[in-house]
Amino acid sequence: MKDVAIIGVGQTTFVRGYEGSIRELAFEAFREAMQDAGIAQKEVDASIFCSAPEYDKQRSPAGVLAEYLGLIPQPTLYVETVCSSSSTGLKVAYSMIKSGLHDIVVVLGFQKMSEITSAESQERMGRGADIQWEAPFGTMMPAYYALYAQAYMAKHGVTHEDLMNVRIKSSTYGVTNERAVYRKPIKPQDFRQGDPEAKMAGPVAWPLRVGDCCANADGSSCIILANAKKAKSLSKKPVWVLGIGAASEAVNMAARPDFTRGLSVGYGAANQAYRMAGISPKDVKVAEVHDCFTIAEIMAYEGLGFAPLGEGKQLIREKATYKEGRIPVNVDGGLLSKGHPIGATGGSQIRTIVLQLRGEAGIMQIPGEPDIGLVHNIGGVGLYGNVTILGR
Amino acid sequence: MGFEKFGRKSFTSVTKTAKFVDLLAEGKIEGTICKGCGAKFFPPRADCAKCFSKNMDWFEMPRKGKLETFTTAYYAPLGFETDPPYTMAVVDFGGGLKLFARIAKEIKPEEIRVGMEVAVKPLKYEDGQLSFEVTKA
Repeated sequence: MKDVAIIGVGQTTFVRGYEGSIRELAFEAFREAMQDAGIAQKEVDASIFCSAPEYDKQRSPAGVLAEYLGLIPQPTLYVETVCSSSSTGLKVAYSMIKSGLHDIVVVLGFQKMSEITSAESQERMGRGADIQWEAPFGTMMPAYYALYAQAYMAKHGVTHEDLMNVRIKSSTYGVTNERAVYRKPIKPQDFRQGDPEAKMAGPVAWPLRVGDCCANADGSSCIILANAKKAKSLSKKPVWVLGIGAASEAVNMAARPDFTRGLSVGYGAANQAYRMAGISPKDVKVAEVHDCFTIAEIMAYEGLGFAPLGEGKQLIREKATYKEGRIPVNVDGGLLSKGHPIGATGGSQIRTIVLQLRGEAGIMQIPGEPDIGLVHNIGGVGLYGNVTILGR
Repeated sequence: MGFEKFGRKSFTSVTKTAKFVDLLAEGKIEGTICKGCGAKFFPPRADCAKCFSKNMDWFEMPRKGKLETFTTAYYAPLGFETDPPYTMAVVDFGGGLKLFARIAKEIKPEEIRVGMEVAVKPLKYEDGQLSFEVTKA
């Protein structure tokens, strides 16, 4: 189905401690996407702003940012599904355009996490889960994902070495991505237990170590979508939205059916997106998956059908998800290297796939002129799942 | 009011399920059961999403179950800084009933295994906060 296309993408460099306000941060990605699309603000019919609340002080950011971007008096709104906010923004934009309500919609994801301390940010992230029944125990995101890691690793024979190899793959590409926050190479000795020099080895929430976790960052991303008529007249290389899937799951860990099967929303969103696009997992040439933690990438392989349940580890052992492999995954360094500015992350993943499909990913470009790419973006601890399939 | 006494630090003060904390004070860990359709809930709910009833009874949770998964936190969020390391776990009682809690310090981290038999019991912190924890079976 070629009804709605992406005609412009932009992203800031993800950093620790952005020297500017959220409106200035948002403007950087917006400027790049607008110049990419080659349009002016008067051609934009609506804007959608996406972030997770409480990292900065601004309430109701949509109106404030729309004004700074020059997008008033057009309609604007705010969308939130924590870490998958901008994928959800894309879904809302798609619906607005497909319905005929608007021709061109801007989706802007942003997050400035550095205004608060790491402990404060862990507390806010923990409150993205069940504040009534779980946060009182001192929960935080790494601990939640570690619950999945513990059960999943025990059942499927996944080792700490497998997790380490996910991070090493990430760093292989992170060093090449000028927009990534973490660009240093990572070697196996960085994970050596008991070695005080091994900066990736320290436990965070066992079995997850420092090197298994992505970092907070400041950043913004921007995706511009248009209907078929506008896309064909404005863009030489429109990238079409072929499939969209989204799912939700119980917030409390006590209501999760099975920790050894990974995140149910990954499966649910993927199945919907494949059905809508009319393709199967083997048709995907390049993918971005939500590797907020190393274990999440291995579980995502299975949710997306790249490997059967319990066999995700084989893809990393066989280097099948490297650039030259059967299904390249996160060849921009993923969240682990780029950093994870929550509201901006989905848009950054979408941008990477758009550049790959256009053949404009530079040093990160995979061979073979990919025609179909996939974005897997999770919100919270599998509270929300979003899969978007894009094609030339 | 009343629910601010739940857990190491509560983020909720008012809930229709605040009786849970009074029951903890009496040494009971209870979930809710729908008077309309018999659905059981833990953590407790005030409303039944299956039959829309708001008429709930309390029922006592099983005290023994299997450790489904766990993690030991070496860092803590704001407000819990003095606690690490602490271990949190999911206990499965069967029949769709599970519980999330910390594991008592009496179980050494190296003794903890997925699938081991464990018990749960109410817990009172020195500052008067009320909770429950996972202990040896």
